[in-house]
Amino acid sequence: MHGITKRFPGVIANDRVSLSVYPGEVHALLGENGAGKTTLISILYGLYQPDDGTMAIRGEPVRFYSPKDAMRAGVGLVAQHFMLARRHTVAENIALGLEPTPWWRPTRRLRHDIRDLGERYGLSVDPDATVAQLSAGEQQRVEILKALVRGADLLILDEPTSVLTPQEAERLFDVVARMRREGKAVIFITHKLGEVMAVADHITVLRRGAVVGSVSKHEASPAQLAQLMVGRAVEAARVTPRHDEREVILEVREVRATNRRGNEALKGTTLQLRQGEILGVAGVAGNGQSELIEVLTGMRQPTSGSISLDGRDVTAYNARQLFEAGVAHIPEDRNHTGVVPSLSVEENLVLRQYRYAPYTRNGLLDARAVAAFAKVSIEAYDIATPSPQTTTSLLSGGNVQKLILARELSGEPQLIVAAHPTYGLDVSATELTHRALIAQRDRGAGVLLVSEDLDELLQLCDRIAVIFNGHIMATLPADEATHERLGMLMAGMTDERTETAETEEGVVA
Amino acid sequence: MNQANQTGQTKGRWRLEPRLTPNRWVVGLVSLGSVVAALVVTGVIFAAYGFNPLQAYRDILGAIFADWRGAAEVVRRAIPLLLAGVGILLALKARFWNIGAEGQILAGAVAASGVALFVPVPAPLMIPTLFIVGFLGGALWSFVPAILKVKLGVNEIITTLMMNYVALYMVQWLINGPWKGLTTRGFARSDPFPSVAELPTWGATRLHWPTLVLGLLFAIGVAFLLSRTKLGFEIRMMGESPEAARYAGVDFFRTTLLLMLIAGGAAGLAGVGEVAGIHHRLVGPDDISLGYGYTAIIVALLARGSALAAILTALFLGLVFASGDVMRVVLRLPAQMTDVISGLVLFFVICSEPLMRYTLRWVPKQESGQGANDGVNDRVGSSPPPPPTVSEPVSEGD
Repeated sequence: MHGITKRFPGVIANDRVSLSVYPGEVHALLGENGAGKTTLISILYGLYQPDDGTMAIRGEPVRFYSPKDAMRAGVGLVAQHFMLARRHTVAENIALGLEPTPWWRPTRRLRHDIRDLGERYGLSVDPDATVAQLSAGEQQRVEILKALVRGADLLILDEPTSVLTPQEAERLFDVVARMRREGKAVIFITHKLGEVMAVADHITVLRRGAVVGSVSKHEASPAQLAQLMVGRAVEAARVTPRHDEREVILEVREVRATNRRGNEALKGTTLQLRQGEILGVAGVAGNGQSELIEVLTGMRQPTSGSISLDGRDVTAYNARQLFEAGVAHIPEDRNHTGVVPSLSVEENLVLRQYRYAPYTRNGLLDARAVAAFAKVSIEAYDIATPSPQTTTSLLSGGNVQKLILARELSGEPQLIVAAHPTYGLDVSATELTHRALIAQRDRGAGVLLVSEDLDELLQLCDRIAVIFNGHIMATLPADEATHERLGMLMAGMTDERTETAETEEGVVA
Repeated sequence: MNQANQTGQTKGRWRLEPRLTPNRWVVGLVSLGSVVAALVVTGVIFAAYGFNPLQAYRDILGAIFADWRGAAEVVRRAIPLLLAGVGILLALKARFWNIGAEGQILAGAVAASGVALFVPVPAPLMIPTLFIVGFLGGALWSFVPAILKVKLGVNEIITTLMMNYVALYMVQWLINGPWKGLTTRGFARSDPFPSVAELPTWGATRLHWPTLVLGLLFAIGVAFLLSRTKLGFEIRMMGESPEAARYAGVDFFRTTLLLMLIAGGAAGLAGVGEVAGIHHRLVGPDDISLGYGYTAIIVALLARGSALAAILTALFLGLVFASGDVMRVVLRLPAQMTDVISGLVLFFVICSEPLMRYTLRWVPKQESGQGANDGVNDRVGSSPPPPPTVSEPVSEGD
């Protein structure tokens, strides 16, 4: 790709971007949200037409008017959100839209290919399994197989690890390594530096639509890449785990709760959180984290068990009462729960405290008090908004999260419950969120941090609890936790197995 | 993009683009446009009856505004539409679809009639008492669906609609049974109210101005409530994002009940106006309301969330109501033409909804390819939107 430029009304999404990928190379495309990675890939895959610039495959100039053209030229895309018919089998999904597919028993000839490719690249999937039964990692393998069956020589993986467990991600890296060995080219899109260092041969960094650096892995360091990506030096905020026995602020005892479908999701969860500590909760999505958060913030009533906050029994409290008792909640779904998208930024900044003075007096809202608070918050948290009256839905994800932090942390809460607070955020917004949480910890508040990003947990937490199937499997001091140990616990394996895993790791290292 | 290059000239096409912030003028223009569209289609119907549409409209307006009485008649029809419509609009802000204004009007009328007929209230207090009792009657009628919705999750569209029939048959039972008048010579209606229970009217018209004043105050009050009060903020939160409202700690039960107390009560006031201002007795349900409760939904939707704009839309639909009599007399058209007009207005109001969220933009484009002016640098981006493969994953959720 040479000199690719793409303009959208008001922005230049790609500004003269050039990119060369060689066979047998894993090329990482690194950049923050909105840096233009997805636009560039959409052009390469024939979804958008470039306004300027040329593309060539094996020296031949090409122009793709649709994904079909791209596929024919050997370009395959594994999108972030899988495009599979969930009720159909793996083989049927791969056959769907494949050109020489016979109309009768369409999957007959494919079986062989699927097995063959699966063995060659470590992509084992049962061709007769229904997609709905597969884990995210397996579905991703189906997507990769789909591209390979179509003869892709250049495979684009768009943020491929965002849906995977650490173990599944390891397996994916292994698949990528095998593809490299087979002479395939891979474009690996991500904003996680650790992954780049793990898989890439060559790294191109995009910022604001333009290439700001292109280096081979040997010449790159994570700090330097982060700086290129963000445009300034980034220093990861880090916590040195504490071991002193401070006072317990939150005590959760034998809590049970059902999920939205009425099945029991928390099956006697017990945990303790101390003042001035960040307690991480690690786990594969769907093991009771969401329900734990809801129970702790009054969005869901537990069916049994007790919760006490600073010695007070708050088991039956609702969201308002818990907020009044000093529980801040940074919700999982920031756009639908954390804010009302159609209301203005200033209205959303007082979404939780609007009913108290000075914002409400005698049932009347005081617009001046709201505006004053908005002004202070927008400055303190550097919320990028055209004006305080702007509709919140126009803000980027990072700015919505800043708005929520500004609101939730304004009242010096005793306990902060943060659910996936940096999910989908870019480096700068992530950094700001981390610093804000650490500042609360250092002030003496208790922070419960639920995250699927183990690096984030290891970086920020004093202790890490692992939740599996509604139980806390174990709580480890963060300086004793490793990816492997946490990963084992997240998969529900007991502590003895963890011990063996640890010794194995010791041998390898 | 591939084929359209026959002329080789600068071309372009209209594109729908999402509008980021709905502009107040656009909202007003689109609403006006839907009214105009409805009138144009009605004009076609006039033409099918053999009238020149413009002449027909001129005749109708001329007949209505021939004297003050006609204009007063328009305003009189607008009163119940305003009271019920603003209530519906308020409920709609919280995503509560109140289809039950018709029943709430009747409930208010029944409550006021009961007091006027059977309770000896001192003369100076009679009219205020009627309004209070009517307000409570309408509110009571709306409480049932409100409680069912918040406590059990029962769909309020069904319950409010069904409550209309309960009210309708209650009125029929009352005027045929226990409240049937002794002086009505067999007609199904109650005895007349004592004269102290008659609302004053403006001059020789049937314009019962106390109800009009209440309606205008109500519209202003609701506008204030929504923009300046804590309750209004809670109502908007609930309507825009129930999940966020729960997170914010809004008490859904209390807020919904308060909301429906206000909305149902206002419809009840409209019922008081009809029986105490016009009929001076409890009459048949079709004579009390004429479908005001349903047309009020159009008043609310056409006002697009603005309580003050509802004053205008209520007057417009009041005009449509008033034109019914004129059309029957002057053009000898069936009175149901009014339903046709208001139905068309509703149709176009709903159809035009996307126009406010999108804007049409003319996108000039110069074709690339073999054309003479293949200037690479001056091409303005106008690529087709991505095919659905990207925006809609081909997966069926279970």
